[in-house]
Amino acid sequence: MNGQPLKPWLAPLALIGLLAVMGFVLPAYHHNNMARILVLAVFAMGYNIAFGYTGLLSLGHALFFGAGLYAAGLAINQGGVTAGLALGLGLLAGGGVALATGVLALRTAGVSFMIVTLMFAQAGYLLLLYFGAFTGGDEGFVVARTGRVLGGFDLTTDGPRYGLALGLFTLAILGQTAIVRAPFGRVMVAMRENSARAQMLGFDPFRTKLIVLVISGLYSGVAGAAYGILFGYVGASFAAIQYSILPLLWVLLGGSGTVLGPFLGVFIMFYLIDLSSSYTSAHLMVVGVALLVLVLFAPRGILGGLRKRWGTWLA
Amino acid sequence: MAFGPFLLLALMEGLVTAAVLALTALGLSLVFGVMRVVNVAHGAFFMLGAVGAWFVTEWVGNPPALGFALALVICPLAVGAIAALANGLVLKRLNYDPEATIVATIGLLYIFQQMALTLYGPDARPVPAPFSFRVQLPWFGYSGYKLAVIGAAAVVLAGVWLVLNRSKIGLVMRATQIDREMAQAFGINVDRVYAGVFAMGAGLAAVAAVLIVPIQQAHYLMGGDPLLLSFIVVIIGGLGSLRGTLVAALLIGLSDGVISVFFSPTLAKIIATLLVALVLVFRPQGLFGRQVTR
Repeated sequence: MNGQPLKPWLAPLALIGLLAVMGFVLPAYHHNNMARILVLAVFAMGYNIAFGYTGLLSLGHALFFGAGLYAAGLAINQGGVTAGLALGLGLLAGGGVALATGVLALRTAGVSFMIVTLMFAQAGYLLLLYFGAFTGGDEGFVVARTGRVLGGFDLTTDGPRYGLALGLFTLAILGQTAIVRAPFGRVMVAMRENSARAQMLGFDPFRTKLIVLVISGLYSGVAGAAYGILFGYVGASFAAIQYSILPLLWVLLGGSGTVLGPFLGVFIMFYLIDLSSSYTSAHLMVVGVALLVLVLFAPRGILGGLRKRWGTWLA
Repeated sequence: MAFGPFLLLALMEGLVTAAVLALTALGLSLVFGVMRVVNVAHGAFFMLGAVGAWFVTEWVGNPPALGFALALVICPLAVGAIAALANGLVLKRLNYDPEATIVATIGLLYIFQQMALTLYGPDARPVPAPFSFRVQLPWFGYSGYKLAVIGAAAVVLAGVWLVLNRSKIGLVMRATQIDREMAQAFGINVDRVYAGVFAMGAGLAAVAAVLIVPIQQAHYLMGGDPLLLSFIVVIIGGLGSLRGTLVAALLIGLSDGVISVFFSPTLAKIIATLLVALVLVFRPQGLFGRQVTR
């Protein structure tokens, strides 16, 4: 780690470079898809920091994504703020909700933690429906066009949209690499592998996991805010249980606890559903079978399996 | 309507919810108690039972009572068989690892939903009640079928209690629950017990679904609420405790009825989900359970 300070950065930097080039050559349809994938990959990275590196299997991340989405959407539509400020508010909302959830949920572990996070997320989703007059309930609302401009660029057009998505993705993936390469990242992995032993060595599990969950919430929140601003729609379905399951699926598919895994998982899953939808409308089946195959045959995910074979530079 | 009769109506509605909920939650509780598996697909088994009831009654046609009676027998058996198959193909291969089985049962949930969507379609369809008469109270008339649901649920619950506490099958199940290795050493086929328990849990959900489907229509996404409420009941009642499950089902069912009638169903669910999260955080053994030693 100290001997080769540059090596862990090569893979993410290469990916960012490739994606930047893609921004100029992709046809419109895939251009739009890639922008979505990049934003969702930020969400997946947030999940990966909690689940992949620290072993916190949450079933409630839709709550953080939804918090960011609604904070940004409502601030734009009701408060008339600009896109930049809305992104910041989404970031803070995700982190704040994660902090509140974590303080309570982290008193439990394992299966209880999964159920507690699931219940908090469900309560959050139901609250959105309950205050339907304010949040738009099931139908949601369209984000006002005035809030979809950043620094003079119109985010409803292809180029700026891809640009902002790639910018966020770049910050997120470099941030993730920095966190897991820092001493704190080692403590995170120690918590995943053996929380009791890490505690004996003097690291506070509750404090570490709470910090991790807040970081994860910040990622999820800003991803939610960006999703609302870039694609113009805010709805309760993004806070429903499916958006807690999807990041788990993405991270498991790409390889949990790897730097590129979340992006790869979102990319493959997105195009798997996109391609399969020309043959069948059975999206649920694709997701269900993917989960089963992964958990039965490839619990390490794609990159996890490759890393085991070809070395740690992939991570 | 005056407040008194209104409250009575709310309580009666709550009692119907509680009866069905007790059956569903008991299935979830058995599976968790014996196998230590959190079955997220439990609501999907409930849904399969309801959708199956629609197919059976549609196939039989008239009289509706015959179709319903057949559905009450066929659906739990069929759903139980599907569950046993899923257990053998998926859960057993995962060695019942707690976190992996949750992910796997989420996968099963989506697969079952897709099966129902493909074969049954996206519409909500009613199943005719086997009989229709109204019990006339001084203030309002009440569906006789709903009262029958409460009675039927009580009979099934009593039957399950007898099996668990007074039969050899129950003895074997309890032995496996307490110490899996020791049970195996005494010649109990643990694989078969697990398959049986998983099938029985799913079958109970299917029974509950067949009972409720004349009141509530069959729909491929109907499993969400029963799953959520069963989780709530099982956690509040204390895992693996039959009495706790019953008390919690009554508590949740009645309060759900009252809050739904006087305020809103969504508010009732918000309160229940938050209650569960807080119970798990501050009193993990459940409100009625004793501290379990593992």
